[in-house]
Amino acid sequence: MATKRIVVDPVTRIEGHLRVEAVVENGIITDAFSSGTMVRGLEIILKGRDPRDAWAFTQRACGVCTTVHALASVRTVEDAVGISVPKNAELIRNIMEAALYVQDHVVHFYHLHALDWVDVVSALSADPKETSRIAQSISHWPKSSVGYFKDVATRLKTFVESGQLGIFANGYWGHKAMKLPPEINLLAVAHYLEALEWQKEIVKIHAIFGGKNPHPNYLVGGVPCSINLNEVNAINSERLNHVSKLITDAMQFVNQVYIPDLMAIAPYYKDWGAIGGGMENFLCYGDFPTHGYNQTDSFKFPRGIILGQNLNEVVEVDARDPQQIKEYIKHSWYKYGAGDEAGLHPWEGETEFNFTGPKPPFDQLDVQNKYSWIKTPRWKDKAMEVGPLSRMLVAYAAGVTEVQDIVNDTLARLNVPVGALFSTLGRTAARGLETKLIVGWLKGFFDDLVTNVKAGDTTTFTKEKWEPSSWPQSCEGVGMTEAPRGALAHFIKINSGKIENYQLVVPTTWNASPRDPSGQKSAYETALIGTPIADKDMPLEILRTIHSFDPCLACSVHLYDPDGKHIHDIKVV
Amino acid sequence: MPKEMPTMREAIESKGYSRRDFLKYCSAAAAILGIEAAGLPSIVRAFETKPRPPVIWLHFQECTCCSESFIRSTHPIVADVIFDYLSLDYTETLMAAAGHQAEKSYQDTIKNYAGQYILLVEGSIPAGNDGVFCMIGGRSAEQIIQEAAKDAAAVIAWGSCASNGCVQNANPNPTNATPIHKIINKPVINVPGCPPIADVMTGVITHLLVYGGSPELDSQGRPKEFYSRRVHDTCYRRPYYDAGMFVESFDDENARKGYCLYKVGCRGPVTYNACSVTKWNGGVSYPIQSGHGCIGCSENGFWDNGPFYQHLASFPGFGIESTADTIGTAVGVAATAGVAAHAIVANIRKRKLVKELKDESVEINDEDKGGNS
Repeated sequence: MATKRIVVDPVTRIEGHLRVEAVVENGIITDAFSSGTMVRGLEIILKGRDPRDAWAFTQRACGVCTTVHALASVRTVEDAVGISVPKNAELIRNIMEAALYVQDHVVHFYHLHALDWVDVVSALSADPKETSRIAQSISHWPKSSVGYFKDVATRLKTFVESGQLGIFANGYWGHKAMKLPPEINLLAVAHYLEALEWQKEIVKIHAIFGGKNPHPNYLVGGVPCSINLNEVNAINSERLNHVSKLITDAMQFVNQVYIPDLMAIAPYYKDWGAIGGGMENFLCYGDFPTHGYNQTDSFKFPRGIILGQNLNEVVEVDARDPQQIKEYIKHSWYKYGAGDEAGLHPWEGETEFNFTGPKPPFDQLDVQNKYSWIKTPRWKDKAMEVGPLSRMLVAYAAGVTEVQDIVNDTLARLNVPVGALFSTLGRTAARGLETKLIVGWLKGFFDDLVTNVKAGDTTTFTKEKWEPSSWPQSCEGVGMTEAPRGALAHFIKINSGKIENYQLVVPTTWNASPRDPSGQKSAYETALIGTPIADKDMPLEILRTIHSFDPCLACSVHLYDPDGKHIHDIKVV
Repeated sequence: MPKEMPTMREAIESKGYSRRDFLKYCSAAAAILGIEAAGLPSIVRAFETKPRPPVIWLHFQECTCCSESFIRSTHPIVADVIFDYLSLDYTETLMAAAGHQAEKSYQDTIKNYAGQYILLVEGSIPAGNDGVFCMIGGRSAEQIIQEAAKDAAAVIAWGSCASNGCVQNANPNPTNATPIHKIINKPVINVPGCPPIADVMTGVITHLLVYGGSPELDSQGRPKEFYSRRVHDTCYRRPYYDAGMFVESFDDENARKGYCLYKVGCRGPVTYNACSVTKWNGGVSYPIQSGHGCIGCSENGFWDNGPFYQHLASFPGFGIESTADTIGTAVGVAATAGVAAHAIVANIRKRKLVKELKDESVEINDEDKGGNS
């Protein structure tokens, strides 16, 4: 039997530093290990600081899903001290989050994931006439003429013939697993370039409400921008018109480019509807509140868990319950006071660096022992997958009609069974489908904002509990959100107006973590098993499944030090 | 040699410059890149024969906000940058290849273009501790940066992580996150900000490759083109500061009129950046315009100059003629505040106001967190 350990490090086209080691026997992956190889220690740094500043620190967990940590952070502080934000703030936060989703998912599809499926070099042999015909048959998107695709092909040819392939150098061109005809490859290359140009537009919504992107500004108690229709120095009719235009353009791009492309490419890769699954359980905290963060029944994405792939039942989840969510470090480079077998709820979490791996440079990790900077979270000791697929499954099972309709319609169009959802293809399709829904919700949130402002409500911030002197001496909170990559929660303990303890349990921690003390694998390691590898020197298939999760590693590695030292010297004079 | 695209020399000459101008450009480029005179011919050769300068973009302790910002560039758009201006041979965020194939792209470039490639760095280096806090391809960040910097023609530190350590460098800096200019033995162009403005990033690259000559750097290695003015100096809300009209609390009446955010913590007065001129995302806005104070994200140690919502102690109302070279960092600002206080108050009203503000304010942390000092 031919056994080989394949190492992919760095895994590229992701956020952060991920290493995958896979055992391949007779062309099939039989075991896999996922390792986060970078750590910064944000949670140690947060101790002792002003909780109102935490959004800015935690936002720097990730610049790709910028906004999600800021949102989780302001929510956790508001939850701890008891603040309900004004209606306009809820709507503006929803608009910013929805805008992020749309930008992030489009960038993921074209710039992080597409090159796993699209052969750029093959596009050189495309007939632009046929590409034009296909483009016009699947969409009304205006950039679809023969001349347009000829120009794209010429640009690509010039680029390739320069001999300097830049980001396309050493790609998996001509790989056996690449199945698209040249004409669709050319279409995808054209839209790769268009998406690259478009994505910078949608985030202007963040600049309007939050001053900049990446890393727009947030605020505990609301949003920092004020609304004043009689003032040039505030959110006024011109600013709102700008947002409205950006949303209209986003709807067009998603509905006329992203979704048609997804549906044009998917039929060539239907075999991936049976690869990359294996996870039984799916967690979604739910998000997009429409009547307050505590009114979970008002969320556009419902909260809940699917167990054993059973879509007939949604199980409740309570992140505050110390018995439900725990983090383990048996295979992570930390140590617990209670030993390596223990699991701790984030409010009680503790961590100390304990690197036991090989010193760099090294060839292989010691996967029998600790092998990652990522901790291992579990819900009632079960491994959970989080992300777009989890959101779609929970919403489907919870009976959200628009989700059921779009999922059923897609399955029918691709002529695949429901079981195909639990796969690499299912994950990638779910991301596209939710983008289509969310861009519609984005328009809805904006319309609601206009309606509210028109009715005379321009409040964006509540001052009531801004001052820490108005807070309880000690309190604790959970800020949950659904980041584009899945369920995200921040846990805070506040004492005397300062952060006593802060923990982030992020989507990629759930998905990319090493195995737990019982040996149970998390999502990446599970999903890779059974994947065929056509060419062990060109592990394209590993990238397909790993990218279908849209890894975000900088977020996922975190730590907490119970004996955290002195934090910072601020003298109030 | 395929000739569809102009080489640097052709590009320069097509703009009406002579061969002599081109050589001057090369030597200026060499000077700013810290290349010895003996290395000059290789630069000349590179720009004469290579259509697009090879570029390696490394990622260490970071959040990828710099890469994300880079792709937001509006002029030029990023597709033109990476397909027409540069050959972005290695960037973990966008490159098709992974693992060994990615490593090959990197090795090919540092070998085949030794002394010619430009090194862009995103992220800080966790120094010491055997390098275990950041490992890529089984090697430590420190091992990689030393190798990549050795034969780089120029090194640009993107963002605050690479320039000053940013958030992971904040107290107590658990991983000993270190800016790259403290790791490598080479001149570094620091382009701080969390992230830097997209059009500033492409501007710095263009300055380097197209306009020739050196972008002048200040004492912290930052291009003066973008970092010689305080956000405060060119802030459109500055008149409200001068007139003593302040936001007292978010979304109050004054906030709705767009008054100065100084009293709710704005760091514009001690922050050198282009935000209030270049603005963000194609000139749409910048933090102050959207109602939140500047948090000073391009300054050394800004994370420890908080809490963010407490306003600064007195700051020097230096005239707009002052630059980072004469004032230095926030540290310098605090140290010279006493002297400066006399310079700022142009009238009695302002003097009284500044005194009141000083009485209830926070003092800047005086720990030096970085800089090319």
